[in-house]
Order: sequence, then structure tokens, then C-alpha cells
Amino acid sequence: MSSFIDLSVGTVTQGLIYALLSYGVLITYRVLDFPDLTVDGSFPLGAAVTAVMLSNGVNPYLTLPVALLVGAAAGLITGLIHVKLGVRDLLAGIITMTALFSINLQIAGSNLIVDRSTDTIFSAPATMAVFGGMALTTRKLVVSLLLALVFKFLLDLYFNTKSGLLLRAVGDNSVLVTTLAKDKGKVKILGLVIANSLVALSGAVVCHEQRAFSSTMGTGQMVFGLASVIIGTTLFRKLPFFKSTTAVLIGSIIYKASIQVAISIGLPANLMKLITAVLFLIILILGNRQKKEVSVHA
Amino acid sequence: MLELRDISKIYNPGSVTEMCLFKNFSLSVKDGEFLSIVGSNGSGKTSLLNIICGSIPIEGGQVLINSEDVTALEDYKRYEQMGRVYQNPALGSCPNLTLLENMSLADNKGKRFGLGRSINSSRLDFYREQLATLNLGLENKLSVKMGELSGGQRQAAALIMSTLTPIGFLILDEHTASLDPKTAELIMELTDKIIKSKNLTALMVTHNLRHAVNYGSRLIMMDKGEIVLEKDGQDKNDTTVDDVLDIFTAISIELGN
Repeated sequence: MSSFIDLSVGTVTQGLIYALLSYGVLITYRVLDFPDLTVDGSFPLGAAVTAVMLSNGVNPYLTLPVALLVGAAAGLITGLIHVKLGVRDLLAGIITMTALFSINLQIAGSNLIVDRSTDTIFSAPATMAVFGGMALTTRKLVVSLLLALVFKFLLDLYFNTKSGLLLRAVGDNSVLVTTLAKDKGKVKILGLVIANSLVALSGAVVCHEQRAFSSTMGTGQMVFGLASVIIGTTLFRKLPFFKSTTAVLIGSIIYKASIQVAISIGLPANLMKLITAVLFLIILILGNRQKKEVSVHA
Repeated sequence: MLELRDISKIYNPGSVTEMCLFKNFSLSVKDGEFLSIVGSNGSGKTSLLNIICGSIPIEGGQVLINSEDVTALEDYKRYEQMGRVYQNPALGSCPNLTLLENMSLADNKGKRFGLGRSINSSRLDFYREQLATLNLGLENKLSVKMGELSGGQRQAAALIMSTLTPIGFLILDEHTASLDPKTAELIMELTDKIIKSKNLTALMVTHNLRHAVNYGSRLIMMDKGEIVLEKDGQDKNDTTVDDVLDIFTAISIELGN
């Protein structure tokens, strides 16, 4: 029983950490209508810089703003390739993602394990001062929840600013943004910067949690984010006052849980990506079907 | 004052489908003028508007806005002084944003889109007042998503949005063409009212010869990238729909359609 609870807490923690990535995909895929594959490179990028910094004794909290910055740089590069060089959105992301694979290995040297004795954001003094009384798994859950909620509220605030409104407008109707005398390219770049900084942050927190960086940890992360966004926004479509960020946060936990269930019932870990892909396909089809029903009723 | 000087526009240059639309085309529109442009499909009406707005590149010539050469200026920068309403009502607003959010976007044109609140509640009354002039009840639908409104309502809102902030020029690209006849009349009357009350310089492309004749201070008919008919001032006032239609038909027969 206790192992079941541990597993559940672990799964929810994972869902919360990956929610940060899903917020990023929410911005690119839903708000900007930009299928951004940079994600598969910016996620391990966040983990790589974190692993190196932790191994070199840098304050663990400092890794978070640094991850945000390097992620922002990755988004900026995809944005510039797309907007300034006129490369198609999907290809621009693939180019950055491919380049990042080498860059991540350059940063980390190789796959890295962070030593057990090294403090992470889950065990550093400031965290222990507040949540020290909790077991490690509970502490991870609480810290991840805090991070997921803080960034959810920040994003909610941002979407209600003029800049946030313009970002939503670009994905909805970029022609209007041009007639508002605004450069739609700049707005897209800004969206990619914000999105990938969140993705890299997610990678950084995963690195804190697992104490590891692996060069292949980015594979399939874009699909994970997409699935979370689609699950969340499909489930809560009927509730208009339910914020999309909240929907994505829950979607992320649900998706992590369904993968965990698939593994628990005995599917081999080697089939993980296959399961991920099949689950994603099912979600897409269900999402589309619901969309059709809505349009028939309308 | 808006001027096109010796414009040349070639579609698909260098390919077998190369087509020269404009060759040394010039046109000037004075401040306060309301110019209607008619012509058959492919005559260059919409290309003309796209050239003015910078939506398509040109192969030669100059575009001047208030004597300033804007030929090399990007499209979005030109819109600082221009508003545009498209044939497709969907292009004038954001379908997934509410009417209020759309109005707020339009209200912020020319200003910085920073980290201030997206909705300025002190402007609500102003938005309602503006929308009320349409007599469509839109002032009570501020919280409705734009995509849920009808094409006519969206086009009416797009018209208000495009002229909400001070601009010099209004570009109307067959903006009544996709509306039913009654709504088209309503939108046309509103357009005329707004142009007059805000003293705008307007260019309107239309297939509705009656609109072209009844509204506006000047009328041109285009054919194969050239102006084939021009009516201005008293001459325009004396022109009837039949006069224009006769010439229009003559050109169409020449073209074989």
C-alpha cells in the first residue's frame, strides 16, 4: 500500500514538473499556433546546464533562472530562423533541436550523474528550513507544486497584459496584428522565447529530481507537452472560466499517470515511446471527435 | 495625400507565367478624398491596395504617403497611418478573443503593448458608445467571443476597430462583398458616416457599381492595370449607375466574358 502511495506521489510530482514544459507548449501550439520542436532540445538544455552547475557546487536555486535564460536563447534562435530567415515553423524548430543535441553534449561533456551528496532545490538549506519536516517524496511534491503554481499564476497575469493579449492575437489572426502596426514576427519570437524558457526550466527541475542529465532525455517531450495541452483543454472545454493554464496543469498530471498505469500493468519500459505515441494518437482522435460534435451542435 | 508614381508590378517574374499587371502606373489621392475603384476581376484593384499597404512587393516605382517615400517601409509600419477592412470579415478581428479584447487591441494601436492591463475599464463606456452607433446591439455583447458573432456583426465591428484610433487613410477592400444585401447597405452607410465624421481619406474597391456611384467623391474604373474611366467632382455627381455599367459591359465583352 505504501509503495502504491509513493508511486502515486511520484507520478503527481512528475506531472507537476512536466506541467512547466506543457505551459511552454500551450504558448507555442495553442496560443501562437506554432508547432515548436525546439522543445526536444531546450528541455535537455535546461537539464544540462543544471547538471553542470550542481556538479560544480553552484547554488541550486541559481540554476532555475539560468535555465530560464538558456531556454529563452534557444527560443530566440528558433524565432530568428523562422522570422528573419523565412524557414518554415516546423523546420526552424527541428534545426534548433538538432543543433542543441550537440550543444547539450558540449555543455555536459557526456551523460552526467549529480552526486548524492550535492544539494538540489529539494534538499538545499532554504527548502529544508520550510519543508524540512517532510519525507523527501512529499517535499519533492510540495516544491514541484509550488513551482507549477507560481508559473501558472505568472502566465495568467501575463496573458492579461497588453503584451499577452497581442501574443494571443498573433496566433488567432496575424493579419490583424499587422494592421495594428505591430511586427507579427517580433511577437512570435517573444512567444517562442517565453515558451522555451519554461521548457528549459522544466528540464532543470527534472535534473534536480533525478540527479541526472542524459543527452536523449529530450526525445518525445514535445509530444508529451502537446498531449497534456490537448487532454487539459479538451476535458475542460465546457468550463469557460477554467483557465487554460489550469487545464494544462491537470492534463500534464493525467498524462503522466496514464503512462505510469501502462508501465504498472507490465508494459516493458522499452516500449515507453511507443505507448506515448499510441496514447497521444488516441487523445488526438478523441479531441477531434469532440470538436466535431461541438460544431454539429453549433 | 497618397501617391503612386510609375509603379510596375510583375507577377511571377522570370517564369513562363510572367504577367505584367502595372507598367508606369500613377495615381494620387488628395486628403479628404473618398475614391471608389471598380473593375472586373484581374483588373488590378486589389493589387493596387496591396501595393499601397506594402502587402506585396513591386518591381519599380514609388509609393508616397504625405510626401514621404514609403516604398521600402515594411507593411506594419505603414499601418500606423492606415486602417484596413477586408472582404473576409474573419480578417478584421480575432475570433477566439472577446469583442471587448478586440476593441482593446484596436484601441491600443500606435501605443506600446507592454505589461499594463489588457483591458482598461475606464474605456468601456467609450467602446459601448462607439459600438452603439452601429445599431446592432453589439454594445451589449462585449464579453462574447468574436467568432460567435455573424459575418455582418464582425464586419461592422472591424470597421469600428479600424477607425478607433486616429488614422489618415482608410483602405476598404471589397468590404461589403461577402455580406447579404441588407447588411451590405448598412455597412456601406456606416462606412460613409465614419469617413465623413472623421474626415478620412478613403480608398474603396468594390464590385457594387451602385455603391461606387452613390458614395465617394471620385470614381475610377480599372482594366488590365490601367485607369479606363475617371469621374471627379460635379462630373461624378452627374454619373449614373447605367453610365458606368455600359462601359463596364463594353470592357467585359472585349475581354470575352
